[in-house]
Amino acid sequence: MPQIAIRLFAHLRERAGGPAITIEVPDTATVATVRQCLARLWPDAVGLLEKSAVAVNEEYAAADRTIRPGDDVALIPPVSGG
Amino acid sequence: MVSLSTDAIDYETLTEAVRRPGSGAVVTFLGTVRDLTGDERTVALEYEAYPPMAERKMAEIEAEVRARWPVGDVVLVHRRGRLGVGEVSVAVAVSAPHRAEAFAACRYAIDRLKEVVPIWKKDLADDGQEKWVHPGCSPASAGGEA
Repeated sequence: MPQIAIRLFAHLRERAGGPAITIEVPDTATVATVRQCLARLWPDAVGLLEKSAVAVNEEYAAADRTIRPGDDVALIPPVSGG
Repeated sequence: MVSLSTDAIDYETLTEAVRRPGSGAVVTFLGTVRDLTGDERTVALEYEAYPPMAERKMAEIEAEVRARWPVGDVVLVHRRGRLGVGEVSVAVAVSAPHRAEAFAACRYAIDRLKEVVPIWKKDLADDGQEKWVHPGCSPASAGGEA
């Protein structure tokens, strides 16, 4: 199964203990697949995961967006700039 | 112009930078680190960003502002790193022919920035507690300008 690295920030970065996490996903992985994998991995953070967005190549991505090899994937928890 | 900065935001220079002969109005918004949220006392805020995406989203906001209002110029700058109480975390400066446009454009830019730009703050409280601010998730948001 292909592996993808996911950038992490803020609470989720500290929760994971590093700036990225690598997960194995099916060949036809989408943004929704990534979210499901992470929810299984971090059941205690499901509330925050549900409210987080996923960015692909530095743009917010819809749930049905396919993840391709080489895509830059990031988990964006609710933002609090300002 | 948009940027993320690890240095103090020179808002006087930014305000001067947007002034134009055709702009009769300049509005500069500053977000600053507040000491109290409810009864919780903040000693500092630590700002983290996803830099390339944050600058990309800030540039989109600049483009939206230019498309919607006849601005002379618009600048958005956000700090990164640790900021003490009273420090400027974000500045938006806008010039426009008239004040209504300048106020509206500046308001829109800071509101959008707080909605879509991937920047986060961690609240460092006087009792040693550290808490990332993720609006909509408990514990409730705290800290900087709101």
